[in-house]
Amino acid sequence: MFGYYCGLAIRSLKRNVVLTVLMIAAIGVGIGASMTTLTVFRAMGSDPIQGKSEQLFAVQIDNWGPSASGSASGKPDRLQSQLSYIDAMNLMQAHPAKRQSAMYASSLALTPSNPDLHAFRVHVRAPYTDFFAMFEVPFLYGAPWGSADDAAHAEVVVITRALNEKLFQGANSVGKTVNLDGHDYRVVGVIDDWQPIPKFYDLNDEKFSKGADIYVPFTRAIDRQMGIEGNINCRENSDSGWEGRLHSECVWVQFWAELPNAAAAADYRRFLQNYASQQQASGRFHWPPNTSIKDVREWLAYEDVIPDEFRILVLVSFSFLFVCLLNAMGLMLAKTMGRARDIGVRRALGADRGAIFAQCLIESGVIGLAGAVLGLLLTGLGLFGLRTLLSQDIANLTHLDLVDVGIVIALAVSATLLAGLYPTWRATTIQPAWQLKAN
Amino acid sequence: MEILPILSAMRRNKVGAVLIALQIAVTLGILCNGLFIMQQRLALSHRPSGMVESDLFAIDNEWIGNPADVSSRIQTDLAALRALPGVVDAANTDDYPMTNSGWSEGVDLSPDQQTSSAFMSLYMGDEHLIGTLGLKLVAGRNFEPSEILDRGSTDRVQPATIILTRALADKLFPDGKAVGRSIYVEGGKRPTQIVGIVDRLQIPWTGASGWQQKYFEYSVIEPYQFVDTGSWYMVRTKPGQLDAVIQSARKRLLEIDRNRVIQKIEPVTDTRVTAYRDDRGLAVILAVVCAALVAVTGFGIVGLTSYWVSQRRRQIGIRRALGATRGAILRYFQTENLLIASAGAVVGVGLAIGINLWMVSSFEMPRLNVVWTLVGAVAVLLLGQLAVLWPAMRAASLPPALATRSA
Repeated sequence: MFGYYCGLAIRSLKRNVVLTVLMIAAIGVGIGASMTTLTVFRAMGSDPIQGKSEQLFAVQIDNWGPSASGSASGKPDRLQSQLSYIDAMNLMQAHPAKRQSAMYASSLALTPSNPDLHAFRVHVRAPYTDFFAMFEVPFLYGAPWGSADDAAHAEVVVITRALNEKLFQGANSVGKTVNLDGHDYRVVGVIDDWQPIPKFYDLNDEKFSKGADIYVPFTRAIDRQMGIEGNINCRENSDSGWEGRLHSECVWVQFWAELPNAAAAADYRRFLQNYASQQQASGRFHWPPNTSIKDVREWLAYEDVIPDEFRILVLVSFSFLFVCLLNAMGLMLAKTMGRARDIGVRRALGADRGAIFAQCLIESGVIGLAGAVLGLLLTGLGLFGLRTLLSQDIANLTHLDLVDVGIVIALAVSATLLAGLYPTWRATTIQPAWQLKAN
Repeated sequence: MEILPILSAMRRNKVGAVLIALQIAVTLGILCNGLFIMQQRLALSHRPSGMVESDLFAIDNEWIGNPADVSSRIQTDLAALRALPGVVDAANTDDYPMTNSGWSEGVDLSPDQQTSSAFMSLYMGDEHLIGTLGLKLVAGRNFEPSEILDRGSTDRVQPATIILTRALADKLFPDGKAVGRSIYVEGGKRPTQIVGIVDRLQIPWTGASGWQQKYFEYSVIEPYQFVDTGSWYMVRTKPGQLDAVIQSARKRLLEIDRNRVIQKIEPVTDTRVTAYRDDRGLAVILAVVCAALVAVTGFGIVGLTSYWVSQRRRQIGIRRALGATRGAILRYFQTENLLIASAGAVVGVGLAIGINLWMVSSFEMPRLNVVWTLVGAVAVLLLGQLAVLWPAMRAASLPPALATRSA
């Protein structure tokens, strides 16, 4: 029966090509527009480190107090998104979590050993060794530096696969040296492709772009006074020079801790509150403790990673889909009523209402499927359009995955069936006698 | 034209009429807001920066290995750049408008102020900067060479003199007499004297909302040579010589010293394109969606009206046989569409304003001008009339003889 209805549906659609084309086009265009934005929206809101996002926590401490004219973020909780160097170092020394790392971003000139090549700028991240294990960074060659290297302020680096291709043609470069800003660093590891999106551990700049090209121990970076790329927010003026900045209450260090279970998280919260109390007791903070830890999902929500512009686009595109469905519904209604006589004949020959309902529903389903195919094509085209129109940061998010394809098909078919419900119901109410009598 | 018979005919086609009206309402709601946002973003991307952007480019220069004599190296580079054929002037600065990276501070009117009077973004430059960028000095004077000091990125100092934009000067001194007055910047206790006012100079950030939008023209120039491992050289060329000078500048700088990274050399017009890429992208996307929306709604009306026409072939034939003219049939369908579309437009105007009010509260959007929603309403009515024209003309051309035939 199903096959017969499908055949009937196609025959019926062929009979009024203009209406059919209009319906499929309306659904396809609506699905294409809404899925284009939904795909990017899903990527923006995706979990960047699946399976571990509940165990990783961003650490916040209020080191400005209520008298400061407001946090840099302007948030009512008075918390900054970053820590001061003082707090970051105190937390690293106390070392209460399973793993923890202070970190910041920098950029440096890299001089290739090949004298024919010009020096170029690389993005640097300066973390502690725990960064790599905590964020499950995959290694192609070698391994992260150890905590001994952190303690020794060692001149070692971990480089990305892309930089390894560029400098060493992809060969195992462990043990080779890289010249950064005039100083040689020994390569201890090469990391494989690793690009969590959003770049949750540092949302200062481009939130959806690739991270650093090269990793240097935090302790070494501080010794070398590697300049800070990102935001530095200050409550008051610090003393001049690098030392002045380190001893200031300016916030510019990101801090993450790995806390494997609820008990560990509760312990860490207590530890932080105690720490802030101590700072109050010692006279550095003149206000009661105000600290927080947030796991990856809470952090992404807190930092508001999805730009307003994109929320607007998603709203616009789904309203557009709504208009398209209204449109398709009107056309389906017209089509159904135009076939009142056929339906009357079928009813008179013994088909019950259920059979008519099934037939019309399958016809909507066929339209929905055709709309899904067109919608998929248009989604691809739409994503290509976004790639060319928007900045690189957002272009990184314009990839269609299998789940997206599934959503396209499910959304197109279910939306069309929904839109087809009323016309279908109307079809089942057609009185066979009336239709036959007319002639 | 009689409206009552149309209404009574419509009652037999309620759902179809409601669908068209709803479509028109939502279309109007999206169209008004979409075009409004589009127009805002385009306006944003055309805001004047204060610089004369043609024939101006920026060199991103970074020294390798932290040399001790950066200050004199910068002077050597700038002298060499100024000596290149086709160059009008060159200057060193920490940042320039539209790079979305910069330095901002509070500005006070007294040394012990609790809350700052305004927020400013600061640029560092010497007496060449104003001329190189092409800023218009509208009051006071430019810096003098003797006022210029070296300053690194972590130096905490307060300048003795400063140049403000007109917007910031007017904010701080509404009486319009800012030149010669003192302000307190960078948390200092020492007064800084305003020596000059430039007409315009936008802050480095180009965001569409929040403080970036609010303090858009609150910039100052402080009399410093920015001495750091990295800084920008701004170069103004003679008209039409930009591309040639970009080539020769790179070559010349590498001749002077290879121990540097010239990460990019970029015409300022490109900086603008990059800075406003997402705004323009959003505008284009909204334009495409609005166009598709109009098309879908238009074709939807065509489709549904065509069906109505074919459904009423016999009635049309009877009317024609009873003496109705072609014009009367045409007007019938046009009036019918006008009635439906008007109902949709009324709901749509409300919807447009509602959506806008909601966006005002959640996305810091400005209020939509009601006149625009009315213009939009007229536009969708015209769209309806246009869409109904073809099916209505087909209806009008049906022969009266139809009445005598069976359907």
